[in-house]
Amino acid sequence: MPHIICLVKQVPDPETPASQFKVDEAAKKVIPAPGVQPTPSQFDTIGVEAALRIKDKSPDTTITILSLGPDSFRDSIKHSLAMGADEGVHINDPAVNEADQWVTAEVLAAAVQKLAPYDLVIAGRQSTDWDMGVVGSTIAEILGVPVATLAKDVQLDGGQVTVERVLLDGFETVQAPTPAVVTVSNELGEPRYPQLRQIMMAAKKEVKNWTLADLGISTPAARLNLEALFIPDTSVETEVIEGETAQEKAQKLVQRLQEAKLI
Amino acid sequence: MASGVLVIGEATADGQLHPVTGELIGAGVRLGDPVTVAVLGSGIDGLGEKAGAFGANKVILVDDPILADGLGDAIVPAAERVAKEVDPAVILIGQTMMGREIAPRLAQRLGTAVAMDCVGLDKQGDKLVAERPCFGGNARARYTINGTPQIATVRVKALEAPEPGASSAEIVKQAAGVDASAVRTKLVNRRKEQAEGIRLEDAKSVVGGGRGVGGPEGFQSLEELAGILNGAVGASRAVCDLGWYPVAAQIGLTGKVVTPDLYIAVGISGASQHMAGISSVKNIAAVNKDPDASIFKASRWAVVSDWKEFLPAFIEEVKKVRAA
Repeated sequence: MPHIICLVKQVPDPETPASQFKVDEAAKKVIPAPGVQPTPSQFDTIGVEAALRIKDKSPDTTITILSLGPDSFRDSIKHSLAMGADEGVHINDPAVNEADQWVTAEVLAAAVQKLAPYDLVIAGRQSTDWDMGVVGSTIAEILGVPVATLAKDVQLDGGQVTVERVLLDGFETVQAPTPAVVTVSNELGEPRYPQLRQIMMAAKKEVKNWTLADLGISTPAARLNLEALFIPDTSVETEVIEGETAQEKAQKLVQRLQEAKLI
Repeated sequence: MASGVLVIGEATADGQLHPVTGELIGAGVRLGDPVTVAVLGSGIDGLGEKAGAFGANKVILVDDPILADGLGDAIVPAAERVAKEVDPAVILIGQTMMGREIAPRLAQRLGTAVAMDCVGLDKQGDKLVAERPCFGGNARARYTINGTPQIATVRVKALEAPEPGASSAEIVKQAAGVDASAVRTKLVNRRKEQAEGIRLEDAKSVVGGGRGVGGPEGFQSLEELAGILNGAVGASRAVCDLGWYPVAAQIGLTGKVVTPDLYIAVGISGASQHMAGISSVKNIAAVNKDPDASIFKASRWAVVSDWKEFLPAFIEEVKKVRAA
């Protein structure tokens, strides 16, 4: 009975138009855009999709959704359960709900150990809020298990995971013994979207609530200090290329690009 | 006591010193500390002088066949060993495939943290201050790190490399000192997707197409232009979702980050998702028939036109210039 643990977090919708994106510089926090709902981090739902493809082939697979964050993160767990995962674990503890990536990895690794035995931990290649891309690999190091990053295909078979990884100019296939950690990239493909019936079924699936006390750990020490958060000045002086015809505009743009030594 | 900067250098697939290594050495020199470069790879003899030419004080060539497959399980312990020998205050690594793979793992093994994908580095007293884009490039964050060494990966082309001069660096060669049993993840095979053409991440010019291109056939014109410019074609997520262009060419938050000198945006509206992939491109020329398209706000040159009329004329003009 394979057991896969998928890590899922909730993020401000990255499709929010830049004009509505605001930060509170003093609090060093993003101000949620009015009327824009947070969503599960995009790469994380791709990770759930990767697990579900394994379950499609081996229906005896159990998929546990593991999340660390405040109350609102429950929506992302529920979304993953509606996609087809079996059970959820929500670590909701004010001591670590806004922790840095290393504290997050420590706590999640402790939770993975409590959920053992497991075959795979699947995470997104990065979150789509802080975009760091470190939690999956760090958990693998803490657990002392192999990791394969940037997966576009994941096959689990007899104590071994085979991962097709995305490279700059192609792909490579790697194999590692399980248990292992895999992080997935967008090349894996679109995650399935829950149907109404699945959403109703997911309401009945269990989500356990854990705190650090349940994990038997104290608050890990922060390693990264956020000193400032601000919106960069990206305004550029825009020249509108004028011209009566497309050809005139084309000539003018070519001239500008030549002046800037770009062609 | 930990001091100085250690740059983890790397070689390209064809055995050259990766350009980011020069950029990192420059950053280390600007931080005002002695710079040691460790170039990790296999068959990299000769890269020592090249790294020294950028101003490093010492070059450690970790030249070992165990590093040939580029597997994290081999590179991480090799880098860990060098880091413990050199005992630096700061480690700089490129935000390359290798950097993304090894930096978080190295940080954990050394009991410290890394700020990933930085575009600016500064020092306040003993503290490295690392600036990086987040929230898809909508925001910037500045970090300091509790713990030693302080590690940062730096986006390719975000910082300028010094002009190479004569090398006065001490060059040391050593093996990786990694036991084969440490390599748990095995390489089965590796294949190139395209034998021809320039990689999106390496291209000096990129022509990006959005939903406004209207269909897969339109991308032939973009490819023609990219060919003339010796560049590469990229696409927005909408285009890849619609199957008009391969997902490998997707630029944006859930795609690739590119840093060409020139980005020509064709039929791209400028959604946050896409802008995250081009947030450090300085020269954007955008073609869109909608004068209110948000891509124009980030563009140096705005062409309000139907791309179907503009692009053929533009290709002809570029050809004339190229022929001259």
